[in-house]
Amino acid sequence: MVSGIVSYGVYIPRFRIRLDEIARVWGDGKEVSEGLRVFEKSVPDLDEDAVTIAVEAARNALRRANVDPHRIGAIYVGSESHPYAVKPTGTIVGQAVCSSSSFTAADFEFACKAGTAAVQACLGLVSSKMIDLGLAIGTDVSQGAPGDMLEYTAAAGGAAYLIGREDLAAEIEGFYSFTTDTPDFWRREGMPYPEHSGRFTGEPAYFKHVVSAARGLMERLGTKPDDYDYAVFHQPNGKFPVRVADMLGFSRQQIEPGMIVPMIGNTYSASSLIGLAATLDIAKPGDRIFVTSFGSGAGSDAFSIAVKDRIEEIRCQAPSVQDYIGSAEYLDYAMYAKHKGKLRI
Amino acid sequence: MTTHAPRFWRSIPQRYNLQGTHCTRCNEYFFPPRNVCPNCRRGAHLEEYTFKGTGSVVTYTTIHNATEDFERQTPYNLAIIQLDEGPRVTGQIVSALEGVKIGMRVRPVFRILGKEGERGIIYYGTKFAPLLEPSCSHDKISSQKK
Repeated sequence: MVSGIVSYGVYIPRFRIRLDEIARVWGDGKEVSEGLRVFEKSVPDLDEDAVTIAVEAARNALRRANVDPHRIGAIYVGSESHPYAVKPTGTIVGQAVCSSSSFTAADFEFACKAGTAAVQACLGLVSSKMIDLGLAIGTDVSQGAPGDMLEYTAAAGGAAYLIGREDLAAEIEGFYSFTTDTPDFWRREGMPYPEHSGRFTGEPAYFKHVVSAARGLMERLGTKPDDYDYAVFHQPNGKFPVRVADMLGFSRQQIEPGMIVPMIGNTYSASSLIGLAATLDIAKPGDRIFVTSFGSGAGSDAFSIAVKDRIEEIRCQAPSVQDYIGSAEYLDYAMYAKHKGKLRI
Repeated sequence: MTTHAPRFWRSIPQRYNLQGTHCTRCNEYFFPPRNVCPNCRRGAHLEEYTFKGTGSVVTYTTIHNATEDFERQTPYNLAIIQLDEGPRVTGQIVSALEGVKIGMRVRPVFRILGKEGERGIIYYGTKFAPLLEPSCSHDKISSQKK
């Protein structure tokens, strides 16, 4: 059964803070930005959260392919910043995109890969013909404690994918997941900010899981890096995806269109999905795209994607990733702190 | 704690998606929705209608001293917007503090309208922002491929 992406949509808030401005406040110097290869990050408006971002991305996905929202049979939203601990984000998204009430919904949480886990769940329901269309969303207004290294990259954004069997803009040829119990990054119940294990988030976490999932998928499909025109890897900073691409044998040219972290930061559950959207924004029919997400805790989902002719028909019907990146308004640290609710009064 | 959840819940269709009514007899659109068409009265044919949400700014003001619920958001722009189908609505304009102009084209955006403190429900709904049209066109993509 051929299943894949019927449409996609993204949303990135228009506010940005430069990493040099964060470094100025904490006395860290400009080398932080250069070391992370991240220069700016997106910041939500005062009235934006993971729900509003998910809705905007989902509306863009529906608009791009002019899809009847009543066809949606499942809405799965991946995030680590759902505004309600109990009350699903998917219920609000469903009502806001005018779906019928005849759909199943659940919120997913798997650090930065909850969005790709939602894609997999939709693929299962769609491929088994239990539903017509599934809406999978990765959305986050991620948190980083003031002064913590996470604060330099924790950004906001969302990506929504309509998964179906007909009128595909891109076929998902297969996926492979690699999951272990690795405590590299976590947030306990009721705590406002996550904790992490510093350098432990690298080799045993990000690199081991991304490489294992990517190699597992290529082995399963009998493909190699040269078979792909583009590749997207989760982007916690600007260094890791470049290094993991080198380790796997992908070139800088293959990952370049999807490298969005230098300008918007790490959008967590949306990171690899926005990277994929930026690649779909420029891909041609017949191109193949390799995508691997990573979520701390830890796991990776790798996907092999083949772009179809229909991409040309739908691409221009909604704003591109570059449209959002190009529309930016800069904040100083004080305004950023207000936007992020870091000031408790 | 006191919650206004039922009252908010009843207005979700209007707040999220600008759902109003349309009289097919006189072709007038109403927002918020009306049970009776003031033009056609008993002869009206009213149907539910979801507004596109695009429209133009009729007039606006910048709020510097807000009520308690909005005091952390100041300054912000509050506008009367004429929807393309005709009705006028009052709403916040986001993402353009300095750039709002009378006649400016706007689109609907989904935002937080308010919260019942730290523990209560979150009110979501529609605000307005300047139009954002996709920059890409079929011609541009075709020229990239050459």
